Amino acid sequence: MGGVIAATKFDTGDTAWVLISAGLVMFMTPGLALFYGGMVRTKNVLSMLMQNFFALGIVSIIWAVVGYSFAFGGKGWFIGNFDFALMKDVSTRFPHGFDLSIPPQLFSGYQMMFAVITPALITGAVADRMRFKAWVWFIGLWAVIVYSPVAHWVFSPDGWLFKRGALDFAGGAVVHINAGIAALAAVLVIGRRKGWPQHPMPPHSLPLTLIGTGILWFGWFGFNAGSALSGNAVAVQALMNTHLAAAAGMCAWLIVEKVRMGHATTLGAASGAVAGLVAITPCAGFIGTMSSIYVGAIAGAVCMFAVSWKLKFKYDDALDVVGVHLVGGLIGTLLVGVFADVSINAAGRDGLLHGGGLHLLGEQALAAVVVMAFSFVVTFAILKVLDRLLSGGVRVDLEEEEVGLDVTEHSETAYAYDRV
Amino acid sequence: MKLIVGIIKPFKLDDVKEALKGAGIHGLTVSDAQGFGRQRGHTEVYRGAEYTIDFVPKVRIEVLSEDSDVERTVNLIIETARTGKIGDGKVWVVPVDSVYRIRTGEAGTDAL
Repeated sequence: MGGVIAATKFDTGDTAWVLISAGLVMFMTPGLALFYGGMVRTKNVLSMLMQNFFALGIVSIIWAVVGYSFAFGGKGWFIGNFDFALMKDVSTRFPHGFDLSIPPQLFSGYQMMFAVITPALITGAVADRMRFKAWVWFIGLWAVIVYSPVAHWVFSPDGWLFKRGALDFAGGAVVHINAGIAALAAVLVIGRRKGWPQHPMPPHSLPLTLIGTGILWFGWFGFNAGSALSGNAVAVQALMNTHLAAAAGMCAWLIVEKVRMGHATTLGAASGAVAGLVAITPCAGFIGTMSSIYVGAIAGAVCMFAVSWKLKFKYDDALDVVGVHLVGGLIGTLLVGVFADVSINAAGRDGLLHGGGLHLLGEQALAAVVVMAFSFVVTFAILKVLDRLLSGGVRVDLEEEEVGLDVTEHSETAYAYDRV
Repeated sequence: MKLIVGIIKPFKLDDVKEALKGAGIHGLTVSDAQGFGRQRGHTEVYRGAEYTIDFVPKVRIEVLSEDSDVERTVNLIIETARTGKIGDGKVWVVPVDSVYRIRTGEAGTDAL
């Protein structure tokens, strides 16, 4: 690619769909804030909402300054360059290897929303105990040092995992494995919440969580079907797959939960739907409609077990970012290698069940492992360094944790119902 | 004078209130309360993690009463709040030294 593209080359239908999709994906971040915000205790709900909501602030600016350029600039195999820094040439030139029917700047704007929500996913793991200042530094650094390179490897045609043949339709590896393993690294640095797991810390408002889940589900149509970057049959396939995987994930989670624990819970319904949505993300435009139901159901059932691992291994992943996003992302990324079908998307490859043998599955596994290793190590290092450099470290002190982050970090109270 | 304190099941509050009003009591104070007795708590399950909730939600009612009305009022509360199942709550009576009405400054039984 390169050079100036005439406006007449754009398809208005494609452009309209990706414009709308960018809005849908943007809306997922406040949705995620509510999803998580409902699950924390009353005294920490604003801190949780804020850590997510502020991702829209800082990561968007960073994306315009260097994030997009590091993810999509140049022709390198590992990371972009400064070609698009400060939005230079973004409105006239596509990244190398892309030839789309939408205005180039729309691609950058659409990808920006992914860069925003990915680090926001990590908030759920470190809930109730991270200084806001530390979070701001962390998310800013993480967006540039972790997200941009990983997006380059997988989404850019020059990226080394893309070139090897790994398939990731909308970010199973780039978004969910990446954020999920970073969440694990983060909780290992920051430690357990005071009183966990002896003292119960039940969700303070499951209605908020359910509203958030609805917004996520709605926004996910933009995330997955928008990733077709065109209003075509692949987008339609991705939308159907997204919806059915969420449905199957919810059904599977509730069945397992009812059998294991005796009740079908609202939090289980929300979690199962999100697990299905996470797992279908890398598969969405590459697999057939019925396959999406299998992917969603497998994710819903497996993640129902995976959220209990933290109790066994004693890592305080407060809101199950590992159990849902890492595990769901791994399931989806690997199942691409099983269910992918070139008759669905000619740009894809055939998986195990469609005569492609084990080759694609191997590439998917390699991509998953590489992203996990890189993200874990770099996330761990960023937080260790910040813990040294920032006064007070990355974690609030015990008294602040006891009082709650809403008051100590933001000087606000979420619910002022009492008249006394 | 006595203060009658009752801890009852929340869904019984309306019945108790209507019964006491019907019996002509002077006033009633209610508040949300949590605690446990023989009923103990219950368990809740969030994403497969079981939590024991030790404190059961109850309603606390308080009635100031002349000595001669105490037995009748207590019996009324017991009869209307009873379901026969565990967790129906308790009623106890404590002596009150003095009572004043803030508006008029009346004291003793005149203030009830």
